Amino acid sequence: MTRSTISFLRRGQRVDIANPDPKATLLDWLRLEERSTGTKEGCAEGDCGACTVVLARERDGQLVYEPVNACILLLGQADGADVITIEDLAEKGELHKIQSAMVEHHGSQCGFCTPGIVMSLFALYHEGKASVDRPDVNEALSGNLCRCTGYTPIVKAALQALADPATDQFDAKAEETLEAFKQFRQLEDVFVGNDEAFFAAPAAESSLAYLIQKYPDATLIAGATDVGLWITKGLMPLKRLIWLGRIKGLAAIEETELTLSFGAGVTHQMAMPRLAALDTDFGELARRFGSRQVRASGTVVGNIANGSPIGDWPPAFIALGASVELRNGFSNRSVPLEEFFIAYKQQNREPGEYIRRITLSKPGPNDHIRLFKVTKRRDEDISSVMAAFRITVEDGLISQARIAFGGMAGIPKRASAAEAAIIGLPIKDISTWRAGAEGLTADFSPLSDHRASAEYRMRVARNLVIKALAEIAGVPSSSTRISGLREVSHAAE
Amino acid sequence: MLPNDGADAVEHPLRQVGKSLPHESATRHVQGSALYIDDLPEPEGTLHIAIGGSPVARGRIVTLDLEAVRSAAGVVAVLTAADIPGKNDVSPAMGDDPMFAETHVEFVGQALFAVVAETRDAARRAVRLVKSQFEEDKPSITVEDALDRNETVLPDYAFGRGEPAKALTEAPVKLSGQFRIGGQEHFYLEGQVSFAMPGEGDEMLVHASSQHPTEVQHVVARVLGIPDAYVTSEVRRMGGGFGGKESQASQWAAIAALAARFTRKPCKLRLDRDDDMMLTGKRHDFRVDWQLGAHADGTIQSADISLLARCGYSADLSQGVVDRSMFHADNSYYLPDVRVSSRRLKTNTVSNTAFRGFGGPQGMLAMERMIDALASATGRDPLDIRKANFYRPGGEHTPFGMQVEDHDVLHALVDQLERSSDYRARREAIDAFNRESPLIRRGLALTPVKFGISFTLTQMNQGAALVHVYSDGSVHLNHGGTEMGQGLFLKVAQIVAEEFGISMDRIRVMPTSTGKVPNTSPTAASAGTDLNGMAAMLAAKAIKARMTAFAAETHGVDPAEIVFRDDMVAVGQLTLGFGELAKACHAGRIHLSEASHYKTPKVVWDRANAVGRPFYYFAYGAACSEVAIDTLTGEMKVERVDILHDVGRSLNPAIDIGQIEGGFVQGLGWLTTEELVYDDKGRLRTHAPSTYKIPVASDIPVDFRVALFDGANREDTVYRSKAVGEPPVMLAISVYSAILNAIQSLQPGTPVPLNAPATPEEILKAVQALGGGGGF
Ligand SMILES: Cc1cc2nc3c(=O)[nH]c(=O)nc-3n(C[C@H](O)[C@H](O)[C@H](O)COP(=O)(O)OP(=O)(O)OC[C@H]3O[C@@H](n4cnc5c(N)ncnc54)[C@H](O)[C@@H]3O)c2cc1C
Ligand code: FES
Ligand code: FES
Repeated sequence: MTRSTISFLRRGQRVDIANPDPKATLLDWLRLEERSTGTKEGCAEGDCGACTVVLARERDGQLVYEPVNACILLLGQADGADVITIEDLAEKGELHKIQSAMVEHHGSQCGFCTPGIVMSLFALYHEGKASVDRPDVNEALSGNLCRCTGYTPIVKAALQALADPATDQFDAKAEETLEAFKQFRQLEDVFVGNDEAFFAAPAAESSLAYLIQKYPDATLIAGATDVGLWITKGLMPLKRLIWLGRIKGLAAIEETELTLSFGAGVTHQMAMPRLAALDTDFGELARRFGSRQVRASGTVVGNIANGSPIGDWPPAFIALGASVELRNGFSNRSVPLEEFFIAYKQQNREPGEYIRRITLSKPGPNDHIRLFKVTKRRDEDISSVMAAFRITVEDGLISQARIAFGGMAGIPKRASAAEAAIIGLPIKDISTWRAGAEGLTADFSPLSDHRASAEYRMRVARNLVIKALAEIAGVPSSSTRISGLREVSHAAE
Repeated sequence: MLPNDGADAVEHPLRQVGKSLPHESATRHVQGSALYIDDLPEPEGTLHIAIGGSPVARGRIVTLDLEAVRSAAGVVAVLTAADIPGKNDVSPAMGDDPMFAETHVEFVGQALFAVVAETRDAARRAVRLVKSQFEEDKPSITVEDALDRNETVLPDYAFGRGEPAKALTEAPVKLSGQFRIGGQEHFYLEGQVSFAMPGEGDEMLVHASSQHPTEVQHVVARVLGIPDAYVTSEVRRMGGGFGGKESQASQWAAIAALAARFTRKPCKLRLDRDDDMMLTGKRHDFRVDWQLGAHADGTIQSADISLLARCGYSADLSQGVVDRSMFHADNSYYLPDVRVSSRRLKTNTVSNTAFRGFGGPQGMLAMERMIDALASATGRDPLDIRKANFYRPGGEHTPFGMQVEDHDVLHALVDQLERSSDYRARREAIDAFNRESPLIRRGLALTPVKFGISFTLTQMNQGAALVHVYSDGSVHLNHGGTEMGQGLFLKVAQIVAEEFGISMDRIRVMPTSTGKVPNTSPTAASAGTDLNGMAAMLAAKAIKARMTAFAAETHGVDPAEIVFRDDMVAVGQLTLGFGELAKACHAGRIHLSEASHYKTPKVVWDRANAVGRPFYYFAYGAACSEVAIDTLTGEMKVERVDILHDVGRSLNPAIDIGQIEGGFVQGLGWLTTEELVYDDKGRLRTHAPSTYKIPVASDIPVDFRVALFDGANREDTVYRSKAVGEPPVMLAISVYSAILNAIQSLQPGTPVPLNAPATPEEILKAVQALGGGGGF
C-alpha cells in the first residue's frame, strides 16, 4: 500500500498535498501556501525559534506535543501529525492561558519572537509535568531568541501559566485527534512525486531497502536538522528525499543489562531519559544539545551519520564504547564507532548503506563518566571543545581509560596518548592528572576558527583532563564547575 | 512656559499615565495576528527581490556577467547601477553609500545587483549564477590596517581641558593601557524588509521596517529622481530595530522601490538572515589607548583617552556615534585635566551604524575599564574609587564643558543600590570564597551610568504629531515616532488619553507615515517619547482647549469648571459624554484636528569649538553584578544582578522595566558571548545565529532585581519622565567589571589584559596572564 500525498491534520481537518516540491519546508507551506503568517521566519536555520510550531503525534496511545523549527522541517516530515500553529491557540476570541499570561506579564515588546515563544511554552504546557520550575522554562526556551525583553517577563509568564496544569481545548478533543490519526495508516508507504523528484516516507525497512537500491543517489533524512540547512542556506537542489521517520522499527530503543541502543529514528528527546540514567553528565549534555526543537526532530544517529567533527554525541559514545550497525539491502555489519570516522567528511560507510542503529556499552560499577561541552554560550551552541571520559578505577589505580574529544581534530577522536599516560597510575595524584593533560599534546593539533583558536582548544582540552580526573579523585564538582553540578542533578528526569 | 501636568497631577490623580498598561499590540503579538511587513497580504503579481553582493572586500570590478542570472527560471528583471534614474546614493548624509557598486567594491557583501523574480526562492537561486571578476586589492580589516594606510571616513576630532600631558607626567599614580571593544550585530528578530507599491505616475508607497521613515522617503525619492512629495513611507511596526534600521533600512526600501518602478508591480525585498548580517552595519568596534594620572588616594587628576573606531567603508552615522563615545568617555567621573580624541577609521568591512547607545557604551566601557585599573593599582575597592571620582560640587564640568547640574541624583542612586545590593557584605564573602577556591573565582562590581539625552545634532531635537478627534469621540493619533517594541505608541496614547480624560480604547494609534507627519527625526537617541509624546500632548491640549471654550460658551460656565475625566466632560453641573461633546463641537463648527510641533529647549552644541550643552538632561542608573568564572575553561556565569535606574516619573513602569531588563541583557550579550569574527579576507565568519550567540533565557541570572529610582526629571519633560531606551544597555558594564574583578583576584595589583567581549577564550587568556588557568 502506498499513499501518494503528504497528509496531516490542521484544525481538525485532514490536509492532503499531492504535488509539493519535495524539499519545501513546513514554514514556507504555512506562510506562502496556507497564508498563515503568524509563524515567523527569523533565521531559516533552526537557531532562533521564531518559526516554532507544535506537532502532536500519537506515542504509546498518548498524544505527544513537540515543538519543531518549521523553517528547517520538511513539509513531508509533518506527515501524520496534527500541525498546531499560533493562530490555533485562542478559542472563540479567548486567549489561551499561555497567551494571556504573556500579555499580563509584558512578555512581548516587538512581538516578532512571541508566536514562537508561545508555541514553545504551549508544548511545555502539554508535557504534563506536575510542576514546572525555572530550569524547565529555560530548557523549553533554549531554542527561542528574544532580542527585546531579556526573557525575564517571559519566564514569569511561563511560571504563572504552568503553575497548575489545567486542560485546554486540545486536551478536550484529544480522543478525537487520536481517532483522526487512524486515517493515516501507519503501515502504508508514502511516496509523493515521481522518479525524478520525490519525497518518500517508507513505513518499513524493507521498503527503505528497496528505495535505496532503486535510487542510490537519494538523500536520506532523519530529523533534517542538518539537511534542512543545506536547503534553506545552501540552496541545494535536492530532488530525491527519503525520510526515515515513519519506519516504526527504526524508532526502537533497546536496553539490556550491559548495552543501550538507539535506532535511526530515535530523536535526541526520546533518547534523553535513557542517556540521563547512565550518568548525570549525560543528562546535562542532552539538555544542552541544540534546543528543545532541535531535540524533537534531530536524531542520535543523524548526529553520527553527518560525520561532523564537532558533534556532541560521537565523543561521548566513543568514550563509552559504542558500535554502529550498518545495513545494505538485507545485510548488516557492525563497526566500532571510533573506526567509523575515517577522516574529515569521510566515514566507513559504503554507498547504499545506512546506519540502522548505534549501541552503547553502559558504564560498569568502577567506571566514572565525565562529559564537558565548552561553548561560547552555555545553551544552544556548538562545542568549541567537547571532552568525554570513561575512567575505570580499581583499588585507587586507573585500570582503563577511554578519552575522546570533539573539536580537536577533523573527526571525533580518541586521545590514546593521554589514555596511555595515565593507565596504572593512582587517581588521587595530581601528577597523574598532569600526565594525562601532557599526553594530549601528542594526540591533537587542533585548528583555529571563529569558535575558538587552536591555543584555546589545546589549553582547555588539557584543563578538562585535569578537571575530569580531579573530580573522579573526589574533588566535589562544586569547586570545579560553575554549572551542571553533579551534586545537584539538573536533569528534570 | 512649557505645558506640563506635573504639578496638576497632584490635584487630579492620573488615570492613564503612570499605569503599567500592556503593549498596545500585546494581544495581537501573542496570537500571531500583529502584521509585520512580510505578513501583509501580497497583491496579485507581487515580485520578490534578492541581492547579489561582492565576494571580495576591496577591489575593482572587472566583469559582472549577469546573463545566466537574467535567463534563470522565474527571473523578471535584474537591476544594476545603470538602471537607477536618480542618484546612486543611499547614504544618510555624506553621499558615500552607493545603492549598487559601480566600479569598485569596498566590503564583502556590498550590493552589486538585485534580482527581481516571481518568487523569493527563484530570486535567491538566480543570484548565485552570476559570473564576476575582480582585481583584488589587499583589504583593510583591522584598526591597525586602517592606521597603516591612514585611511579615515571622517576627520579626526578631539576636545578637552587643561594640560593633561603635563598633569600625567606629574601624577603620583600613572597608568596606561590599550584594549579592544568588540562590535555588535543588532539581531533584530525581524530582518530588514521593504515592500514597495507603485502608484499612479511616479507615486510610490513604501512599507519599510525602518526607524526613520522620512529618510526612507528621501532616499527613495533621490534614487528614483522624483520629488519627496511623490513618495510615502509607512511603518506600522518593526520586529526590533535597536539602531540597525535607522540609516540602514533605506537601501532595501530604495531597491524595492526601484524594482517596483521598473516592473510596475509591487516588489518585496526581505533579506535572508545571513545576508542581513553580512550586508548591514553593526555597533562600532574600538581600540582604546588610554592614560590616567591620579593622586595616591585614587582621585583622578588627568586622563588621555584615544578612541580608534572601526567605521567600515563609509561614514554612515559615524560622526555622531563616535562623538557620543567621546561624550561618554567620562561616564560619571570628573576628569580635571583631560583630552578625549577620536579617529574614524576606514576599513573594508560593512559600514558600522547606530546601535542602542550610539557609541556611548564604548566610551563608557573605556572609562570603567580605566577605573578598575586604577582601583587595582591603588589597592582600593573599585566602588570606592568610583565614588571618589563622581561629579561633585567643585567638579561639575564634563570634558566638553557641560555642567552636570544634578550629580546629587547619581550619588543618591548609587548609595541606595550599594545598600540594597548588600555590596559590602558580599564583597567580604566573595573575598573569603576566593581565598579557598583555586579553580572557581567570583567577582563583584557596581558600576554607574550617566547617559546624555538629546540628539547631539541639535536640529534633530524636534517632534510632531497630528491628532484628530472624530465626532463620535474616537481619537486618531499620528506622530513622527515609530514602534519597534519599545512601547512608544502606548506611551504616547496614554498621554493623549490622559489629556482628553478618555479610556485607551477610544484611541487608534496609526502607522507612522510621512504623509501624516512630515520631516520627522528618526526614532532614536531614546528621544521618541520626549519628542513625540510632548508633541502629541500639545495637539491634544489645543483640541481640548477649543472643546473647553465651546462648552464654556454654550453652557455659560467658566472654562476652569470644565473637567475631562473618565470619558465624560463635566461642564459645571452638567455632565456630557466625551463623544457627545465632540459631536456638539463639530455641529458648532469647532476644528477637532491639530498638527503640533515640539522642540527640545536648552540644547546647543557648537562642535567646531566643542562648547555648549549637547544634552537636555542626563539619565542615571547603576547595576551591581556578581559572576563566577571557571579558570580552567574561561566559562562564566552571572550569579546575581541588582539594578536601580532613573526614569524620572515613569509614564508606564512595566514598559520602562521592560526596557531596562531588555537593554541590560543586550549589553550583557555585547560584552560576553556576541563575537564578530572577520577573517583576513574581510569575510564575516559569524554571520548567522548558529555562530553569533546572543543571550538565551538561561543566560539571565536567576537572581535579577530591577527597581526604578524614585524621582522626577528636573527638566520640564512630558510628565517629568526620562528617556529609557538606551541607557540600560550600559548597566551591563557591571558584568564586565565583575569578570575583571574575578580575574583580578588571582593576582591583585597586576593589570588584567581583558578585551571585550569577555568570551570564555578571552577570559582564559586573561586568567593565564595572571598566572592562573593551569589547574591546581
Ligand atoms: C539549531 C541547531 C542546533 C544544533 N545543536 C547541536 C548540538 O548542540 N550538538 C550537535 O552535535 N549537533 C547539533 N546540531 C546539528 C544536528 O542537529 C545534529 O547533528 C543532529 O543530530 C542531526 O540529526 P538529524 O536527524 O536531524 O540529521 P539529518 O539532517 O536528517 O541528517 C544528517 C546527515 O546524516 C544522514 N543520515 C541521517 N540518518 C542517517 C542514517 N540512518 N543512515 C545514514 N545516513 C543518515 C543524512 O543523509 C545527512 O547527510 C544542531 C543543529 C541545529 C540546526
Ligand atoms: S526561523 Fe529561526 S529557527 Fe526557524
Ligand atoms: S519581543 Fe522582540 S524579539 Fe522578543
